[in-house]
Amino acid sequence: MATVTYRQPDGTVTVLDVPAGSTVMRGALTNGVEGIEGECGGDGICATCHVYVDHSPVPLPEIDENEGELLDCTSSPRKPNSRLSCQLPVTEELDSLVVTLPATQV
Amino acid sequence: MTGRPIVVVGGGQAGLQAALSLREHGFEGRLDVVCAESEAPYDRPPLSKRFLAGTAGTDDLTLRAPAFLDDRRISLVQDTHAVAVDRADASVALSSGGSLPYDRLILATGSTPRHLPVPGSAHPAVRVLRTVDDATRLRTKLQPGSRVVVIGAGFTGLEVSATARGLGCEVTVVEALDRVIARALSRPVSEHLLRLHRENGVRILFGRQVTALDGVPREAAVEVLLADGTRLPADVVVVGVGVRPETALAETAGLDVADGVVVDEHLRTGDPRIHAIGDCARFPDPAGTGSLRLESVQNATDQGKYVAAFLMGADAPGYTAVPWFWTDQYAAKLQIAGLTTGHDRCETDGDPASGRFSVRCYQGGRLLGVESVNRPADHIKARRELAALRAPAAAAAAAV
Repeated sequence: MATVTYRQPDGTVTVLDVPAGSTVMRGALTNGVEGIEGECGGDGICATCHVYVDHSPVPLPEIDENEGELLDCTSSPRKPNSRLSCQLPVTEELDSLVVTLPATQV
Repeated sequence: MTGRPIVVVGGGQAGLQAALSLREHGFEGRLDVVCAESEAPYDRPPLSKRFLAGTAGTDDLTLRAPAFLDDRRISLVQDTHAVAVDRADASVALSSGGSLPYDRLILATGSTPRHLPVPGSAHPAVRVLRTVDDATRLRTKLQPGSRVVVIGAGFTGLEVSATARGLGCEVTVVEALDRVIARALSRPVSEHLLRLHRENGVRILFGRQVTALDGVPREAAVEVLLADGTRLPADVVVVGVGVRPETALAETAGLDVADGVVVDEHLRTGDPRIHAIGDCARFPDPAGTGSLRLESVQNATDQGKYVAAFLMGADAPGYTAVPWFWTDQYAAKLQIAGLTTGHDRCETDGDPASGRFSVRCYQGGRLLGVESVNRPADHIKARRELAALRAPAAAAAAAV
C-alpha cells in the first residue's frame, strides 16, 4: 500500500491508498479520479493516463522507447516530469508520491 | 429527464461507461446496471494476455471500485439476466423474478463466442475465451509441454497462442483462410504477425477446415480432425472463430435486429426510449454509407459516453468516433486507427524487418486507416488525422 496524491489543474486534491502491485493509473481509474482516461487499460497504447510527477520518494522506472514515443504525442504538453501513469507500478517505497494531472488527455 | 430511472442491461465496458457518464452529466435518477456475470465490471483485453499469463489477477481487472460505484449511486444487479422487456409497461423482467421500471433503457448486452458447428465441440477440452471464468479455467490447462490447438487465427486466437508459447506450451493454429487476421489487417502487417508467431515456435496451418473433435468425454485429451485427414492431438482446444452479438432480448422485445441491434446515428433503436451500444449494436457508418458493428473497447467506451451525452443533452449530432484497436503479441504492439478492411492500396512506412513500421491503407485515394507496429506516435497521429477527415462531414450533417 502506498499513499498517492493526485492534484487536479484547478488545485483539487485526491489522496488514495493504492495497493502495491497496482499502478498509479489503475489507482486513479478504479476510484474515479477525474483527468485519467486510461482507455487501453494499461497496455501502454493510448497516452491517455499522462501525469506530471511532482514528487517521488524513490527513483521511478526508466522511460522506455514506447512510453517516450507516446509522451511525445500527449494532448497536454510533455514536460521533463511527464510520465504515463500506467507505466508506474505501485510499491511500498512509492508512498507519498505526488502527481498533477494535465488539463487534457485526448 | 434528470430524475427518472435509467436501466442499463450489460455490465461490460459499454454499460459501465454509459452509467458513469450519465452521472458525470448530472443524471440524478435511479440507475441500475444489470450484469449477467457475478463479477463486477472488469477489463477484458488482459484476459488473453497478462491475466492468462498469470501476471495479473482479478483485482487488476476491476474497472471501478465498489465504493466508488456506491458513491455515484450506480446499482449493480449482478449474476442476473434481463429476460424480457415490456415496452408498454416500460420495465425489464429479471431472471431473479423481479423487474425494473425504466424511463430510458440502454442495451449493452455485448457478444458471445461462436462455437464450432462440428461433432464433438462440446468436449470439455474445447474452450472459448470471453469471461474471467473462461480465462481462469483455461489458465490451469496451459502448462509447460501442454498441446494447445487454437482454431482461428484472429485477434483472440493469436493472443492466446502468444501467451501459451510464453508459458511453454506447444501451439498449433488452424485457420480456414490463407493468412492471419485476414479480414481486418493489411497483408504486410498480417505477414509480420505470421513471421513473429513462426519465430516463436507456433505452427500455423492455413486453408484447413475442422471437421470434428474426437475424444472420449471422460478423458482430458481430444483430437482435432481436419478435412484433409490430419489429426491433431490436443490437451486443450481454444476456439477463436469470432463472436455473435447478444440480441435475444432485443428480438423478443420486437426491436429491429440484423447481426446486431439496429440503431440510428444517435444509437437509438426504433423505440425512442431504447438505445443499444457496444458489441451488440449495429450503427450507421459515420465514414461511409453502410452500417457497422464493432467489437472493441474503444467502441464500447465511446458509445457509452455518447449515449449518456445524448440522453442528457438531447439534440447532439450523431455518433462519429474514429474506431481504434490494439493487440499485443510477443514484443509487438499493433495499433490500428480506422477500419482498413476493403482498402485497394497500402503504403508501408518503415522496414517491417526492424519490427517498427506503419501501413497506411487507402480506398480510391481516401485514407481508411493506419496499422502501426511498435510505432505508437504514428497511431496517435493517425487517429487525429482520421478525426479531422470526419469533422467536415459531421459539421455538414449538423448544419442540415
